[in-house]
Amino acid sequence: MQIFLPIADIPVNVFLVLAMGLAVGFLSGMFGIGGGFLMTPLLIFIGVQPAVAVASVTSHVAASSFSGAIAYWRRNALDGTLALTLLAGGIVGSAGGVALFTWLRTLDQLDLVIELSYVTLLSVVGALMVAESVRAISRSRRGKPAEMRRPGSHIWFHGLPLKLRFKRSKIYVSAIPVLAIGFIIGVIGAVMGIGGGFLLVPMLIYLVRVPTATVIGTSMVLIFITMTATTVLHAATNHLVDAVLALILMVGGVIGAQFGAHAGARIRGEWLRLLLGLLVLSVGLRFAFELVLQPDDLYSIRLIEGAV
Amino acid sequence: MRTAFAAALLIVAGVLGSAPATAERLVASLTNHHVTITSNYTGVELVLFGSVQPDAASLGRHGPYDIVATITGPRESLRTRRKQRVLGVWVNTQARIFVDPPAYLAVLANRPLDAITSADNLRRMQLGIANKPLPELIHNDIGEVSNDPFRAALVRLMTERGLYSEQSNAVTFLTPTLFRAAITLPTQVPIGDYAVDVKLFAGGNLIAHTESAFEIVKVGFEQFVVNAARDHGILYGIAIAMMALLTGWIASVAFRRD
Repeated sequence: MQIFLPIADIPVNVFLVLAMGLAVGFLSGMFGIGGGFLMTPLLIFIGVQPAVAVASVTSHVAASSFSGAIAYWRRNALDGTLALTLLAGGIVGSAGGVALFTWLRTLDQLDLVIELSYVTLLSVVGALMVAESVRAISRSRRGKPAEMRRPGSHIWFHGLPLKLRFKRSKIYVSAIPVLAIGFIIGVIGAVMGIGGGFLLVPMLIYLVRVPTATVIGTSMVLIFITMTATTVLHAATNHLVDAVLALILMVGGVIGAQFGAHAGARIRGEWLRLLLGLLVLSVGLRFAFELVLQPDDLYSIRLIEGAV
Repeated sequence: MRTAFAAALLIVAGVLGSAPATAERLVASLTNHHVTITSNYTGVELVLFGSVQPDAASLGRHGPYDIVATITGPRESLRTRRKQRVLGVWVNTQARIFVDPPAYLAVLANRPLDAITSADNLRRMQLGIANKPLPELIHNDIGEVSNDPFRAALVRLMTERGLYSEQSNAVTFLTPTLFRAAITLPTQVPIGDYAVDVKLFAGGNLIAHTESAFEIVKVGFEQFVVNAARDHGILYGIAIAMMALLTGWIASVAFRRD
């Protein structure tokens, strides 16, 4: 069944878009990621203009992460204090990111910076996660405890002042690294137009030693707050959020997120990290191939917004 | 040079316009002047039909007639970019800005354009995609670039999307004086005003021309969404954000898995 999207100006198959929303929502609920880095390329692939895709995906991410966050909250598997501390850093980071975005645009190399940082971030983060989770799995196969909650001694920044007790996560660390992670996610999110869940989850697990059990729900809270705000900002400044597209994506996304959150809670932490690592790595490699292989068509056209 | 041509063209047009009694009259119309886009729009076909009315003086004077119809859509500026390998990575290194090229351009005729009239005439009347001016912005100057690969790429990409087309068999003569032509509008059709220019040739000479127009508009719910997004951005954004949270909440109640 075809339906015409009023802002994107193209007809799409409702069931195809619904299925895309469902699949990405499932992964979102399972891994605590927004899924924008998966959904935006999918929408561009079916013919939606990139700007409309980026703007509309934010509302899908908001919906599915809210749906997921409720599921984790019900299971008491999210850490509100941690989420709020991250948010505080994130707000400052977003402001910095917008300034950086404006500056990069004056250099006329924004596309390249975004593409290269995408490839680097996704590949490196994905590869590190795969390597670590494979080690953890093989360790558990040999009969040793798989969950190394606090391996070795504390990293230096755990000794910084301003220590906070994050009760749900059972950690007692300085607020400074948590704020810094929120800040970094905020900067990257604003520059690259992504929620940053795929970076936030591994950073919280590996740097702050948040247990896998609470990290996903916490990440979903942060993502749903930032993406709800981003949806309003996109609609107010670019007028490119497509309500019909957003609604179809949302309906699929929120249902998928419920099932995803359920599946995520049943998988062991190290397997979850392995799967997320593989997902992130494969998307990174796909972008890398796109950059390295000769494209079918060297030329592309793009609408110029506003008059010349 | 261009102005001289334009002036010549105006004089030709003026002569034709002022002396209708001595030549054929060309009448053309469209099946629909108002194409509406609703939620089930997936492309549409319009029919252009018309007839040549020879008067007493011209009857039997001309050979068979030829029709060239040019449909020009709304204009939007485009950037054509070219990728190049830099340090092993393919990046957009060069770009050209095309100033207001038509977002839709169809040239329909009953036989190949070069068989209808001379290349010189085609160029002067800007008939055919190859002869359409597609001005570029070059160092704050607007002009045409001949043999430009960026122009060729623009035409090729627009053709692949069904937005530019040149068909030498799209116009059919039902009788020697009655013709029809189908105008195919693709799914990704630009919204706006479309101009239809119909030229009648006989023996390689332009003997009459007429114009028509149609518009493509969104109506009903589609138009409401567009207006809301454009005129009330913040409210529209808040409404979508609320919708996101509401659907998220409903799903968490309805599809509870624990």
